[in-house]
Amino acid sequence: MKKEPLIYDLGSPGRRGVTMPAPDVPLAEMPADDLLRGDDLDLPEVSEIDVVRHYLRLSHLNHSIDQDMYPLGSCTMKYNPRLNEDTARLPGLAGLHPYQDGSQVQGALELMYNLQEWLTEIGGFAGTSLQPAAGASGEFTGILMMRAYHLDRGDTKRDTILIPDSAHGTNPASTSMSGLKVVELPSDERGNIDLEALKAECGDHVVGLMITNPNTLGLFEEHIVEVIETIRGCGGLVYGDGANMNALVGIVKPGELGFDVIHYNLHKTFSTPHGGGGPGSGPVAVSERMVPFLPGPIVARDSDGFRFVQPEKSIGRMKAFYGNFGVLVRAYTFMRVYGGDGLRDMSQMAVLNANYLMKRVSEGYDIPYGNRFCMHEFVAEGDLLDIDVHALDISKRLMDYGFHPPTNYFPLGKPAGTTLNVHGALMIEPTETESKETLDAFAEALLAIRKEADENPDLLHSAPHVTPVARLDEVRAAKQLVLCCRPIPEPPV
Amino acid sequence: MSGYLPHTEADREEMLRTIGAKSVADIFPDVPEEHRFPDLNLPDGLSQMEVYQELATLAAKNAPAAGFASFLGAGSYHHYSPSVVNHTILRGEFLTAYTPYQPEVSQGTLQAIYEYQSMICALTGMDVSNASHYDGATSFAEAVILAINSTRNRSKIVLSPAIHPEYRAVVRSYTQGMGLELVGDDSADGVLSLDELAALVDDQTAMVAVGYPNFFGQFEDLTPLAEKARAEGALLTVVSDPIALGMLKPPGWMGADVVVGEGQPLGIPMSFGGPYVGFFATRNQHVRKMAGRLVGETVDADGQEGYVLTLATREQHIRRARATSNICTNQALMALAASVYLSVLGKEGLREVAELCYHKAHYAADEIGKLKDYSVDRSQPFFKEFVVNCPRPVSEINAGLWERGIIGGYDLGRDYPARKNQMLVAVTENNSRQQIDALAEALGEVAA
Repeated sequence: MKKEPLIYDLGSPGRRGVTMPAPDVPLAEMPADDLLRGDDLDLPEVSEIDVVRHYLRLSHLNHSIDQDMYPLGSCTMKYNPRLNEDTARLPGLAGLHPYQDGSQVQGALELMYNLQEWLTEIGGFAGTSLQPAAGASGEFTGILMMRAYHLDRGDTKRDTILIPDSAHGTNPASTSMSGLKVVELPSDERGNIDLEALKAECGDHVVGLMITNPNTLGLFEEHIVEVIETIRGCGGLVYGDGANMNALVGIVKPGELGFDVIHYNLHKTFSTPHGGGGPGSGPVAVSERMVPFLPGPIVARDSDGFRFVQPEKSIGRMKAFYGNFGVLVRAYTFMRVYGGDGLRDMSQMAVLNANYLMKRVSEGYDIPYGNRFCMHEFVAEGDLLDIDVHALDISKRLMDYGFHPPTNYFPLGKPAGTTLNVHGALMIEPTETESKETLDAFAEALLAIRKEADENPDLLHSAPHVTPVARLDEVRAAKQLVLCCRPIPEPPV
Repeated sequence: MSGYLPHTEADREEMLRTIGAKSVADIFPDVPEEHRFPDLNLPDGLSQMEVYQELATLAAKNAPAAGFASFLGAGSYHHYSPSVVNHTILRGEFLTAYTPYQPEVSQGTLQAIYEYQSMICALTGMDVSNASHYDGATSFAEAVILAINSTRNRSKIVLSPAIHPEYRAVVRSYTQGMGLELVGDDSADGVLSLDELAALVDDQTAMVAVGYPNFFGQFEDLTPLAEKARAEGALLTVVSDPIALGMLKPPGWMGADVVVGEGQPLGIPMSFGGPYVGFFATRNQHVRKMAGRLVGETVDADGQEGYVLTLATREQHIRRARATSNICTNQALMALAASVYLSVLGKEGLREVAELCYHKAHYAADEIGKLKDYSVDRSQPFFKEFVVNCPRPVSEINAGLWERGIIGGYDLGRDYPARKNQMLVAVTENNSRQQIDALAEALGEVAA
């Protein structure tokens, strides 16, 4: 396939796309020349149709949910309804300036207030802030709040967050940014947190536990009540990473189990599009004792209507303005379509789909803990070491069948009693919006590849074969860094 | 069936049979029984038609600034966005793709980010740009962390008080557990000269930061501050406006080490404060301490050029607790919007937008300056925003303007105690001469 040229290599000097109107005011005196950049601005010079064609041709090089199943574990790649795109673009929402007077934005504040209430209800909590811009931002927010809670009580010796070794990498990274230490906990032979290890690490130095439940293996923590009692017993708080919330809406409320904070990923559970990496939105919902520490501003309601308030002991603000409002509109729209019972059905079907697919995939692959029901996702072993085929080979071959691969990367922890390792996982999350026929087609592809692995492993080693590019040299990219296609302009002498 | 679920009753039954369960309720045995299937006190679901109507009703309760003569800026701006920007980001192949971890099926997103990085370098005059942050404020906070990591054992950060108040607030939230000393931004009026700022930079300083243009719309040559920072081994971070960089000398030419800012002016709707896109550019020597995704060029197994995410060893999914940042999801789709904007306006168009803003803002300042009860701060050159001294509290002036269908400027007294009665007025290419004349006339009427 012919490579699409860089936009800089299209067009011609002097060509342009959109023109601007002539000034309708007298021209002002320009600043001194030494404050101006002159004529060097190195941007493309292309017509509008050059731009349209360039990006259209680039778009064809992507796999997307719109094209076919995208079963990335822990990423919840469900259908992104187009209705959400329309509502987010309503001029009465998209055209609002964040500093308009409250009287001019009551509809936007009402929307935010309702969404805060719904997220509080779904989690079984006491309050919500919509401010964090993504999941990692929500985690960081939660850890800062837990830290602030202890400091506010005058308890200054707590400096450690306990994190299972199967956690996503953002968990320890968010903890470090908060100036706290990380202690990782091993898993037991059923994929749960090792309770004895947890008990051994608990003490008055512990700020809290950060737990993803269901965990990265797609398993619901079997001893969740005991885990929470243990951490509370030593004065610690419990943070829930809501990345896997798609398994839990209407199934269980984390707040009722004793969690103090969770973040939601609106771009996972509530269907807002990932956009090639963002934007997301990571609201935090919290228990009663954590409400005063929420990042602000949040929306309150009184007899005069809706207004922004700053929680009493707020950790501050986590971004400018109020959160990724346009993403909030999309999530709100999605939740209104489903309603309460519908959202429960959504989570049930996500879990049913995962279990059905797990059963089908188990016809050809080992599934660690496959004797348990999984939640919204499961992990299959992708390293077939006896025939020198690795999970990555299977993933790349899946592309030839038109599917996006599952998540390959598995966090540090090697679950006890398995041969899973960091690179050997096929972490599969089908989501609820895939039909049985699609699940069957995906399973058939994986099973066909399993057969190919035995009969012609080189077909897998050299895959993918039908994608716009073949396997890319990532080592070269990191060694010979080329991050910009243009020479850096030097100041004119 | 509800919402977007494809499952028929027959599907459900067959799938349950396959997995050996009698009912859906049976597949959650690990969830504590007393907490299983709680009531959800949420409104009932609606058809798409009804939901659209409900959202339209909510939207109708607002008075969007974009639909009025608005002079509000202060970090979010009503610039014109060419139609092709929105149409491009609505393409499902971009909209519904994930972070491009599998490069063979993500070349579209990867090349688009690579081009975005190149355009940001051109705008800022820097060597490298990352793939984006959440917004300008969090880009700025990440610059502080980069400075701390790049200048070992230093913990002092010098902040100009004329950087956006919310950006400085986000830095304080981000760094509350890091034990840093943040100085320089405690003045009541937000004024601190470059000389005074430079005097605060010493051999314990990791970073000094200024706005260009600053929160009050003003700009000046930063070279002397860059020289002082370099002499002390501190980094200079510049918070900038990408439209201004269409005409002003790029910070990279004045010795900046990091240039960050809000990319929203590049074709992204105001949308009540988000989603926007934070840009972040720096020098080659800091690239391994930089946060965020980076796209690099490479070749495939057949020797053909292609793109991949690179230097992942800086990132949380590899480095975990020792990563340069926790960032994972960024604002990729908004970065795409900015790239399309910069492409379709191009070299000439961006400068024209910048100059239109400049001329219209100066016309507005001249007209307002003629009013007997108002004066304009002309102590420094300004770009598209300027400070107006008003005869009454800004909230009262704005109430009077709103009665005349005009959305006035930002009340600087909110953030700076010594700036009671000062309004920050923003003017973009979207403001017509008629709107500006109407503003000046209305200001005259509401003066008393």
